[in-house]
Amino acid sequence: MADGVKPRVKVPKTAAAGEAIQIKTLISHQMESGQRKDKEGNVIPRSIINRFTCDFNGQNVIDVTLEPAISTNPYIEFAATVPEAGEFKFTWYDDDGSVYEDAKAIAIG
Amino acid sequence: MNLSRRDTLALGLGAVALTIMPYRANAAADDLIAAFTGGAEVTDGGVTLTAPEIAENGNTVPIEVSADGAEAIMVLALGNPTPPVATFKFGPLAGAQAASTRIRLAGTQDVVAIAKMSDGSFKRASSTVKVTIGGCGG
Repeated sequence: MADGVKPRVKVPKTAAAGEAIQIKTLISHQMESGQRKDKEGNVIPRSIINRFTCDFNGQNVIDVTLEPAISTNPYIEFAATVPEAGEFKFTWYDDDGSVYEDAKAIAIG
Repeated sequence: MNLSRRDTLALGLGAVALTIMPYRANAAADDLIAAFTGGAEVTDGGVTLTAPEIAENGNTVPIEVSADGAEAIMVLALGNPTPPVATFKFGPLAGAQAASTRIRLAGTQDVVAIAKMSDGSFKRASSTVKVTIGGCGG
């Protein structure tokens, strides 16, 4: 389990029905690439977030496969269509099996 | 030191092998592309890959990919120890087939984006990024 993993998501509070909104997500994670070596020359084992998904009311918005080449604190920005009021669900999958979740409600207005 | 005819030939072959090496690194990327496309033809255009021309810090290079009507976009960094960077799959509620993120680049190299379009065709775009400080640690 990586320490201090904290997801942060920015979603507008309201949107017009059918509008495409911009979503910004960031999760604090060291994203150890498995390429670096410590002082003794031992390879530091890989520990990254390997998958990120975003769903709205059970329908998929985006599904991202992340590789070690994604920077520390992976930041992903994308657009989503909002057909009705509901909740965005964000899920990050860690190499060690941990799953980090966040949710944001959005209203039509 | 005397070089026999045989030694000279061997040296020449070694030099040829060295010049071919960079292409071998690309072959790994070609395999990845083939795995993604299933061997289908990839044409230029139809995808936009926005990356800086010069990145001061290879640890965080902002990139943006977009392709109207794409189902998925794969991003590769051809000069990295492991070329895959990310694969974005767009679901039914994606507002636009576009995403931005930040990536690591080991050095100056080409970044390639391959989009799988909904009609089954594949499009590619590439961009050369100059990196002043690499992003793969020690």
